[in-house]
Amino acid sequence: MTLQSLQTALALPEIFVAAMASAILILGLFINKDRNDIVCFWLSVFTLIATCVLIISDFATQTAFAFNGLFVDDPMGDLLKVAICLLSATIFIYSRQYNQDRNIFSNEYYVLGLFAVCGMMVMASANHLLTLYLGLELMSLCLYSMIAFFRDDKLAVEAAMKYFVLGALASSILLYGMSLLYGLTGALELAVISSVVSNLGKDNLALALAVVFIVVALAFKIGAVPFHMWIPDVYHGAPTSTTAFISAAPKIAAFALIMRLLVGGLEDLHVQWQQMLIILALLSVAVGNIIAIAQDNLKRMLAYSTISHMGFFLFGILSGSAAGYSASLFYILIYATMSCAAFGLILYLSTKDFESDQLNDLKGLSKRSPWTALLFLILMFSMAGVPPTAGFFAKLSVIQALIDANLAWVAVVAVVLAVIGAYYYLRIIKLIYFDAPQTIPEADAPIAVQSDSKIVLAINVIIIIAILPWIGTLITLCNRVIKQFVY
Amino acid sequence: MFSLVRFGAVFSKINMSTVYLIIPLVCLTASIICGLFGKAIGRRGAHSIAVSGVALAFVLSLVVYADVQDGNLANQTLYIWAISGGIPFQIGFLIDQLSVTMMVIVTFVSLAVHIYTIGYMADDPGYQRFFCYISLFTFSMLMLVMSNNFLQLFFGWEAVGLVSYLLIGFWFERDAAIFANMKAFLVNRIGDLGFLLGIAAILYVFGSSDYAAVFASAPFVKEATVISPFGEWQWITVICLLLFMGAMGKSAQVPLHVWLPDSMEGPTPISALIHAATMVTAGIFMVARMSPLFEFSETALSVVLVIGATTAIFMALIGLVQNDIKRVVAYSTLSQLGYMTVALGASAYEIAIFHLGTHAFFKALLFLGAGSVIIAMHHEQDMRKMGGLRTIMPITYITCAVGALALAGIPPFAGFFSKDAIIEAVHHSEIWGAQYAYIAVLLGVFVTAFYAFRLLFMTFHGRNRSGTDIIKHLHESPNVVILPLVALAIPSVFAGFIFFGPVVVGDYFGDSIFIIRYHDVTQKIAEGFNGKTGLALVLAAIWHGLFTWPFWLAVSGAVGAWYCYCKNTALPAKIASASGPIYRILDNKYGFDDFYQAVFTKSTVAFGKLLSKHIDAGLIDGTLVNGTANTISGFSAILRHIQTGYTYHYAFVMIIGLFGLITVFVWL
Repeated sequence: MTLQSLQTALALPEIFVAAMASAILILGLFINKDRNDIVCFWLSVFTLIATCVLIISDFATQTAFAFNGLFVDDPMGDLLKVAICLLSATIFIYSRQYNQDRNIFSNEYYVLGLFAVCGMMVMASANHLLTLYLGLELMSLCLYSMIAFFRDDKLAVEAAMKYFVLGALASSILLYGMSLLYGLTGALELAVISSVVSNLGKDNLALALAVVFIVVALAFKIGAVPFHMWIPDVYHGAPTSTTAFISAAPKIAAFALIMRLLVGGLEDLHVQWQQMLIILALLSVAVGNIIAIAQDNLKRMLAYSTISHMGFFLFGILSGSAAGYSASLFYILIYATMSCAAFGLILYLSTKDFESDQLNDLKGLSKRSPWTALLFLILMFSMAGVPPTAGFFAKLSVIQALIDANLAWVAVVAVVLAVIGAYYYLRIIKLIYFDAPQTIPEADAPIAVQSDSKIVLAINVIIIIAILPWIGTLITLCNRVIKQFVY
Repeated sequence: MFSLVRFGAVFSKINMSTVYLIIPLVCLTASIICGLFGKAIGRRGAHSIAVSGVALAFVLSLVVYADVQDGNLANQTLYIWAISGGIPFQIGFLIDQLSVTMMVIVTFVSLAVHIYTIGYMADDPGYQRFFCYISLFTFSMLMLVMSNNFLQLFFGWEAVGLVSYLLIGFWFERDAAIFANMKAFLVNRIGDLGFLLGIAAILYVFGSSDYAAVFASAPFVKEATVISPFGEWQWITVICLLLFMGAMGKSAQVPLHVWLPDSMEGPTPISALIHAATMVTAGIFMVARMSPLFEFSETALSVVLVIGATTAIFMALIGLVQNDIKRVVAYSTLSQLGYMTVALGASAYEIAIFHLGTHAFFKALLFLGAGSVIIAMHHEQDMRKMGGLRTIMPITYITCAVGALALAGIPPFAGFFSKDAIIEAVHHSEIWGAQYAYIAVLLGVFVTAFYAFRLLFMTFHGRNRSGTDIIKHLHESPNVVILPLVALAIPSVFAGFIFFGPVVVGDYFGDSIFIIRYHDVTQKIAEGFNGKTGLALVLAAIWHGLFTWPFWLAVSGAVGAWYCYCKNTALPAKIASASGPIYRILDNKYGFDDFYQAVFTKSTVAFGKLLSKHIDAGLIDGTLVNGTANTISGFSAILRHIQTGYTYHYAFVMIIGLFGLITVFVWL
């Protein structure tokens, strides 16, 4: 085995991120303390953008394998990696002011972020149960520590602890499923597993058991009901900058996880996991939307909103067709963008002593800052799925996939629940536009955020979510990468 | 005459369809600019843009007119907006003699009114808004007359209705204006419902919304019938009656006429343009355009005839007792629309359009003349407080006199030719109701002449009855007001004898109007002139007119008015008190308003309140909407307790979930 035969060049983006992360970590020790953090911050952002450029400049057209089948480079993986890097960079930019105000603006924070990104990228390109697990753990461990970055804050530490314990439980379930699979097929490489599974037949009990374990672990990662319990506490407890980070890119990595495992490895058992996913998805949409109504914390509300969106996202996957997967991919990309903007807005509104994460904090925002109010308006319409925003097209494509898969009843229930969900999004608009502002002084302070964050936020909301010049291109791209993956 | 307009040749290089398109669009553009950028362009900017827009439309309409006279007709679809159920929703133009005549009339009167407005509205704060509306009106009216399909017709129909609504309520801080525009809108809704049903019936029966296709297949479906709760009807009769219902609303025929007198709450230029010259004649135009359908239903024609005759005489009678100068002209408009409708019913479509044209000029003239008087009198509209303005406002006086002579039908003014032709046509008609209509229109001539001269004498003759303050400041109106009056007076004099020959005897409208041979009363009139042409024909018509009833009725009406209002001014009051109930009935306008108010308005409002209280607030809001919301938020409040905050609970739920799934998918 030579280095040549490993095809390491295919993993260049991952290698670049890991190398840069290590370099920044070391660099942080040598640069003058008062310039240290800002330099590391911009280097991290640069790393992510440079990675994007690296990926796009060598965007895969074929499926190619590296590291003896551990790693795969295909168009779907590349698309996901670009999205992961862009979203993470965006959130880094949003979180600068917030982190500076709270003394967590340190190079370690961004290094952890970069390593998490690296883990996600590995997941996006995994072709082997081990790689998949490795990526997943790399990401998760980084996230745990990012949540606990407020180390004196009770809520944050508690959230990190809960996530860590439950995450460990989920990982063990996943490992159990994987070991069952290994025991049955004798293989760890997904393509091999796939071919062995098709010979094993659909009625194999042990295989069904393995699928259940794997689906449960995946459900935990994306936060589908009833494996969603960690989400509200983590979203609420973590620093808002970390919440924003968790809410966007890892969802895309989770899409990769599901596609690689369920579609790439276990597509022959589609009937089984479809049934499970229908239950999980419907429960998620129902519980997410209904409990969100009772929340008065914005971050918690968005956590439940995430749960319901994940249900919607599963609808596409469970349709079990290329069109369905493509719809899901489209959905997850739009959702991650919306979520990124939503937390971006909270970060935007928060000041040094003011988290601005209560619903009441938004009262009368239209008078305080009409521009932010407009951004919120667009975003909430998009989250609720009101045309002509991006969120509408995302929901539309998923529901289209459901109907094409002869699951019209699921679509009907989904739409009814989405209408219920519209309530809490519209309530935010009501608070912003129709309610009198609060009288506490913090809620009245002028908004002071760096202009880079303002610009990115405006682009994020106005161009990506409200005006959709790119939407046709993105849908075509999704269809193309999924086609390449499925066949 | 317009064969002289040879500059049409210049345009032959340019695609004519581009010209068709420019005509309405230039008005729309002017409207948009005045409406959206009114503040920025200011008052001068607004009127310059609007006037030059409509002037361009007028000139181009003349070009198209000349082109059509050369025989270049057009029927083209420009754009298909959508196709639904196999029916294309298209924008297209049908340019033939009928539509081009309407285009010239509309743009000419509109141009005159645009110029007049500069003077009339000079001090109004809503100046730019006004120009926005009237340009929009011109656009809508042009889309209506140029349409080649029913859906675009309906678009134009509704758009002119909308602008009419906006303009009646132009002074929206006045309660009376708001009441009037609401009334106009609601009454038109009734007519438009019929119109829409008619269009739906056409789509159903003919499967097309295109004029050409529908008209071509009309002879083949004339036998088709529909069974309704009211017996078996010919489809074509049903369609024509429904379409005519629309015309009754728009052209204010009894019993849907009640909105037009109230519409005088709008500014006077609007009364002239929309509620006299153009929009209210849309119904007349539409029936003439649908002649290939109406010709196959004698029932519908009889209905048209009877309704028209009733409107013509009874509305004229109300005009006798009105004292508001604009209301006299308004009732006169109702009556004259009745005349046009009578002509339609008698299958004399071309004469209806002829009268539409002459009426457009002289009635716009009368309205603008009345407006000129009103400005001079500082917005006093009561004729009892006027008088003696002849010497102070000579040009207004002369032009109004021309208008009154034309309206009364004194030769050789325009109204004589067209009205006389209508009366002759009814005389020749043999369909059911023609006798009644003939008597009605004959009597109407006397009444028309009487109120027309009553207006003239009360306003301009005698001594001034206003307070002394006003009389000192009285003066002739500015040039922008006088110019349109003169411009309209010219066709009010000449349009009659220029077009009498081509329209009545000749083949002016070509194939744009279809008449079944045995209905063709115009042909019979033409035969009476033994092939005379040109000046000889016009002189023969006048000569013939001098020996018939209408002329002498008109003269006696005028003389009667002179006697009552110049000679023996105490007489009208005596007649009023002597006639007692008759006067009261006329003064109450036959009680239509009171009846509608008491029966329809009250009961509808009561029913609406009932629905609002019990169905909307009670059932829908209370039980369905709030009920659902309360249930869900209650549910939500319970469910949130699942989230206990204890890690072991969370882990427990996960394990339960895992076991649940295993149970379902592995064991079962």
